[in-house]
Amino acid sequence: MSRILATAVSEFRIAFRNRWVAIATAMMALFALVLAAAGAAPTGDIGADRLSVIVASLTSLSVYLVPLLALLMSFDAVAGEVERGTLPLLLTYPVSRLQILLGKLLAHVTILGLATGLGYGLAAVAAIFSDPKALAGLPSLWRLVWSSVLLGATFLGAGYALSALTRRTSSAAGLAIGLWLAVVVLYDLALLALIVSDAGGPLTTRVLPVALLSNPADAFRIFNLSAAQAVSAAGGIGGAADAIPLWQSAASIMLWPAAAMALAWAAFRKATP
Amino acid sequence: MTSTLQISQLTKSFQSVEALKDVSLTLGLGKRVALLGHNGAGKSTMMKIILGLIPFDSGSVAVCGAAPGSAGARMQVAYLPENGSFHPALTGEEQIRYYLSLRGESPKLAMGLLERVGLAHAARRRIGGYSKGMRQRVGLAQTLIGKPRLLVLDEPTSGLDPVSRRDFYDLLDGLAADGAAILLSSHVLTEVEARTDRIVILSQGRLAAEGTLAELRARAALPVVLVVTPAAGHEAALAAAFPEAAGGEDGRLRLSCEQAEKLPLLSRITAQGGKVADLDVIPPSLEDIYSHFSRRDGQ
Repeated sequence: MSRILATAVSEFRIAFRNRWVAIATAMMALFALVLAAAGAAPTGDIGADRLSVIVASLTSLSVYLVPLLALLMSFDAVAGEVERGTLPLLLTYPVSRLQILLGKLLAHVTILGLATGLGYGLAAVAAIFSDPKALAGLPSLWRLVWSSVLLGATFLGAGYALSALTRRTSSAAGLAIGLWLAVVVLYDLALLALIVSDAGGPLTTRVLPVALLSNPADAFRIFNLSAAQAVSAAGGIGGAADAIPLWQSAASIMLWPAAAMALAWAAFRKATP
Repeated sequence: MTSTLQISQLTKSFQSVEALKDVSLTLGLGKRVALLGHNGAGKSTMMKIILGLIPFDSGSVAVCGAAPGSAGARMQVAYLPENGSFHPALTGEEQIRYYLSLRGESPKLAMGLLERVGLAHAARRRIGGYSKGMRQRVGLAQTLIGKPRLLVLDEPTSGLDPVSRRDFYDLLDGLAADGAAILLSSHVLTEVEARTDRIVILSQGRLAAEGTLAELRARAALPVVLVVTPAAGHEAALAAAFPEAAGGEDGRLRLSCEQAEKLPLLSRITAQGGKVADLDVIPPSLEDIYSHFSRRDGQ
């Protein structure tokens, strides 16, 4: 455990020096504040408190931003060590490869937690400041923060796996962006096409829920929206998924980080420095 | 368990290239062995196998009685990579603190280690701004962590100035006196001469020679060169007395002979009395011995 902690401290320091902590937090805060300002308008129509509306908007934002941040922080994890030539020495130390990965994960998850916590927290403060009733939305904000961290952990693991498989930062970066595009953007477009062509047929009712649950980003969106009972208000893919029970989407967002880390571990174990 | 490192009939190929072929080596407590060879002779490959970084094809390797790369072996082995590189965003002290934690030692020892390698003044600066020699010192400092029983040092003195090299070998002497076995590779033959117990020469993946410098010198049996400077006016007479000698442009005569013929030849020269102004005996240089063994196969 002390080895994981030592690795995490070192990685956090590196990320801090490389401005990752500042960049991630500033990005989250900026987007959250913009959404908080923009989300002020529809409050009256829906009848929900202001913060809950903001959380619904932040959910859609996090689906894109959190995986992107996670992949940007992680693609360098193994490939960067290989290219700098620091990996062989590290691997001669009495520390297992899993411990190295977990140390990096701990540091990066902490940064994501800080970024989302501070960024969304800022939006919450802004909302509560202008509307005291917004306090009612705090539980959903908290849920958004921890589920964002889990979503981030999934993509951190995926980034480590790509990094270990390619062993070159340039290839790892390209693949990371490709993964983000495929899982977060194109996957949903494909599902939308499916819904439109099927027009409420058996595909929509049977395949769609499974397809949504097996994508960590979609599971995250559904979990947050259905937990806030805002699925119908959200529309789009989220709206098509009101049939999925909460425990299923919760299980998906909790299992994915473990699966991604297992993948990363398997890839890293095969890498010879 | 008498030997710290035991390698027997180690063989390793990369695709079609034979990197190591049937190499055997034993390294005991407190022994310092220098591994010599051309680039690509298999030095780094051998070190990486000992460290468990890459697998090998056949033969056996035991590091402190354990399999290379196993947790037990890694606890007792320290490694200095050829071009020591570290994360440029960390300071020397932070990097060493991290390595100390990984070995289960107190991070507070970092400054002491950096002092031992003469880097205390730069400990709080980022490694990104270090020179090659300073990075090499960070590498050295991390090999001193704990009490390693085996040190594997790949070109440890590259990038160090002559004074630092001497300090470095002094450090090694201390470690060896404490019982650590040391395997180091080098291109600089003159510096391993006095500072190692044994020399191992690898050539194209094979063990070309092994022994103390004196043993290698005897086995190579390279000719000794005697340079005779004639006294003024006796050049022609001397040249006639030693018809086998090669004359140099400086008027001096160069005689080459086997080790065994050295003394008879010397007495022949001294018999010339006043015709000889000066005499130099030049034994085969380390470079000669090294080339002799490393080129024996094929080249």
